[in-house]
Amino acid sequence: MSRLIASFALAAGLFATASASAVEISISCSALGKEYEICKKGVDAWAQKTGNTVKIVSTPNSATERLALYQQLLAAGAGDIDVFQIDVVWTGILADHLQDLTAKAQGEIGGHLPAMAETSRVNGKLLAMPWFADAGLLYYRRDMLDKYKRPVPQTWADLTETARIIQEGERKEGKGDFWGYVWQGRAYEGLTTNALEWIASYDGGTIVDDKGEVTVENPKAAEALETAAGWVGTITPEGVLNYTEEESRGVFQAGNAAFMRNWPYAWALAQGTDSGIKDKVGIAPLPKGGADGRHAGTLGGQLLAVSKYSKNADAAIDLVMYLTGEEEQKRRAIEGSFNPTIVSLYGDADIAKANPFIGDLADVFSNAVARPATVTGQNYNRVSTEFFNTVHQVLSKRAQPEQALNRLDRDLKRIKRDGWQ
Amino acid sequence: MKILTRIGFWLLVAAIGLFSIFPFYYAVISSFRSGADLFSVAYLPERLDPSNYVAVFERQPFGTNIVNSVVVAASVVALSLALGITAAYAFGRIRFRGRSLLLMTILAVSMFPQVAVLSGMFELIRGFGLYNTLPGLILANLMLTLPFTVWVLTTFMRELPKEIEEAAFVDGATPWIVVRRIFLPLMMPAAVTTGLLAFIVAWNEFLFALTFTLTNERRTVPPAIALMSGSTAYELPWGTIMAASVIVTLPIIALVLVFQRKIVAGLTAGAVKG
Amino acid sequence: MSGAALQASAPARETMRGGRSALTRSRVRAAWIFIAPTLIVLALIAGWPLARTIWFSFTDASLNNLGDYEFIGFENYVANFDGEWFGLLTDPDWWRSAWNTVWFTLVSVSIETVLGIVVALILNAAFPGRGLMRAIILIPWAIPTIVSAKMWNWMLHDQFGVINDMLLRLGLIAAPITWTASPDTALWTVVMVDVWKTTPFMALLILAALQMLPGDIYEAAKVDGVHPVKVFFRVTLPLIKPALIVAVIFRALDALRVFDLIYVLTANSRDTMSMSVYARQQLVDFQEVGLGSAASTLIFLIIALLVVVTLVAGQVRMSGEAR
Repeated sequence: MSRLIASFALAAGLFATASASAVEISISCSALGKEYEICKKGVDAWAQKTGNTVKIVSTPNSATERLALYQQLLAAGAGDIDVFQIDVVWTGILADHLQDLTAKAQGEIGGHLPAMAETSRVNGKLLAMPWFADAGLLYYRRDMLDKYKRPVPQTWADLTETARIIQEGERKEGKGDFWGYVWQGRAYEGLTTNALEWIASYDGGTIVDDKGEVTVENPKAAEALETAAGWVGTITPEGVLNYTEEESRGVFQAGNAAFMRNWPYAWALAQGTDSGIKDKVGIAPLPKGGADGRHAGTLGGQLLAVSKYSKNADAAIDLVMYLTGEEEQKRRAIEGSFNPTIVSLYGDADIAKANPFIGDLADVFSNAVARPATVTGQNYNRVSTEFFNTVHQVLSKRAQPEQALNRLDRDLKRIKRDGWQ
Repeated sequence: MKILTRIGFWLLVAAIGLFSIFPFYYAVISSFRSGADLFSVAYLPERLDPSNYVAVFERQPFGTNIVNSVVVAASVVALSLALGITAAYAFGRIRFRGRSLLLMTILAVSMFPQVAVLSGMFELIRGFGLYNTLPGLILANLMLTLPFTVWVLTTFMRELPKEIEEAAFVDGATPWIVVRRIFLPLMMPAAVTTGLLAFIVAWNEFLFALTFTLTNERRTVPPAIALMSGSTAYELPWGTIMAASVIVTLPIIALVLVFQRKIVAGLTAGAVKG
Repeated sequence: MSGAALQASAPARETMRGGRSALTRSRVRAAWIFIAPTLIVLALIAGWPLARTIWFSFTDASLNNLGDYEFIGFENYVANFDGEWFGLLTDPDWWRSAWNTVWFTLVSVSIETVLGIVVALILNAAFPGRGLMRAIILIPWAIPTIVSAKMWNWMLHDQFGVINDMLLRLGLIAAPITWTASPDTALWTVVMVDVWKTTPFMALLILAALQMLPGDIYEAAKVDGVHPVKVFFRVTLPLIKPALIVAVIFRALDALRVFDLIYVLTANSRDTMSMSVYARQQLVDFQEVGLGSAASTLIFLIIALLVVVTLVAGQVRMSGEAR
């Protein structure tokens, strides 16, 4: 406790010097492109307001490369970047290098989506602030559902049946490469998000529960994987085993699939002027496991965190609070259709006018499931890797779900040994 | 028979050429397309839309990135060859104790995966105060090119007939003069080849370049390409990436065309193919 | 320059050396002066990172906190806790990745060597457009791997990839092939892309060796009317062998450390994981610097072993005489 007080005192001291003279803060908030421009506008506004300057450091697009770069910098204790944009599953991994924001952000965090707030917290400490949210969605071809007179599927069984009917019908009409359902099946983090949605929708838990118990070996999880494995080669091309987001969007947007699982980003592109399926697309929550299952989309999104090695921590925290604040999130939602993490913004009239799509997502976000990233902390990537490799084996029919989950359970407990940290 | 051989030869040339160039050709086509075109196949460009090329230079200091790459790759090649040729002369033409051990040690440097040395190299570069500078990158890249350069040049040195330097030594020339006046010209094909290969290694190096630089103005081309993004993190700006790739491949092609005469310095060719 | 010639010249050199020991001594001194800069540079940039990697392999260091670690001996390699085996040497994933890598190296380097020789012989011949052909051949090597791997990933897409489209149009296949997705074809696909990418490297080095051969040998063979194929196997191949072996060694070194190609094409799939992908996963994804360093050290040892075997099998004279 005394250390906490001491660090406050230190922070207060820093603040005094920081406000006295303008400082330069560097933030890593995007790769280049549109995301960069929107980020720049936001930090410039803050810079204008406070008299400080902000430098944007571009980091790679690929999440793995970005994380590796962060780890390298932080492991060396380098203060070159003050504010990091981090993925929701990185908080636990980077926890030791991040400033505790609890004192500054306690009042604000309550207004954010609870699931997003949860991903920002490690061991009760708030180490990041939610910036924008993402969740898995079901995209469907409205025209196809009309054509075959099928409703939007509510359960996976419905989806399987509808996809089969549409696929057979379309193929009879000569579209030989038409498929029912595409998603992300490559052995990478994306498969973890996909498979977690299946399992959670069957009420099969979230691999590891809140208390850190490994729960993945259960009949419901096995049933979920069984169902998914049944798609591969029937309503889903076998190539899905190496699809990431863009590969599946490719099949869907070229008009060759009836359903797709993807993130919200695909909406604007599917509705773009050069899209072959413009105005023929709808979105819905991902189906339930069964009648008694639930809709579950895996939570994604980005947070902002401050490096422990920042020389201007106070100004950096101030920048984070500004960027994650209501005004800035609203601007980003309107200009860049970034989904806000502040709950009240989902009822905002301006956003609804500019991007009606965002309003539809409120439900999806409130039902979103978080990956077990904070509870497994440093070990999250390990857990996720074991998980997606197991699922990948089941999907490519080299393992039965029950045995595979049994092995996974053993491997995860082995990683856990005496606890996750 | 003669005609058949000729036809066979040309078919082989065509097949190899096609295999080599098709992906590049496809990149050129893709660089004129954008958006949803990414998801369809085209064998000919539908239109010559330069917008991707404009975007490459507009969204980032890509010109600076290219200059950085040229500076880094050229310095790496110059240093590698300068160090490599002198070392290769010693290794290839002079007998001394511990020679094979040294050669093996040099080779051992290229036996560690790059990612394993990354962290130590990072500390080193920061320790020297070279973080986010081009000299830091040049130094790091030497680790990739130097062992290879020394070994290849040593092998070629060894193959030259021994009479070559004897006369010069009898005339009282120093080893340095011998290297410069006698071996340098003779080694031209080998030196140009290894230099070219080293240039491309440094030109394409990604992991060091990404980790040891921080600002866009200091980045070389490969990380700059990796930084390109669409309007969201998931979207792949394919047309722009392809345009950038075409741009960075052209200097290499030009380089080869300029230096290819030097690669075939020695003799009248055509002897092998009957 | 064949073995026989070497032996014949040996006694002559002995006498020469005996007579000029002062000259020899000055040449040895020159040798050290010539080598010193290279050694200093390498020691400076590679010494510390390499030594550090080996040292970390005996510790429980974590990327999360590099300053705080303990020496744990060989526990990263093999250890037994409560009757359960831990450590790299007991990890089936590691052995799988090792086997994948060795298989990949053997297949791709073999193909690249043969293809490289063919390409080099073609480029060595005189035909119109030779200069252009040289540039074309080099293109695959010139495109940054991070780009070309992604490019191939796209071209090999099972639904909208150009490769399947082409093969379907030509009637060579009946249904699209799932190149990178199916475990049966994934590693072969990686080999194909690697062959495409690195054959130029081989070809260029072999071409340089061909260019440095004395021309009179061929003239003699031509006059004698020896068949070109025979000339190649009897004369050319033995003469370019040293350069060929060095090219093969460096190709193999690269192939044994293959990372980005496999990573971009198939990500972290266990079916195609290479040793470097494994090491990276431990080092970066799992933050296990100790374990990852142990994997890197093992990679080093495996590569060193293979290099020594190659050198012995290829009868390369490491300590051979300067001729």
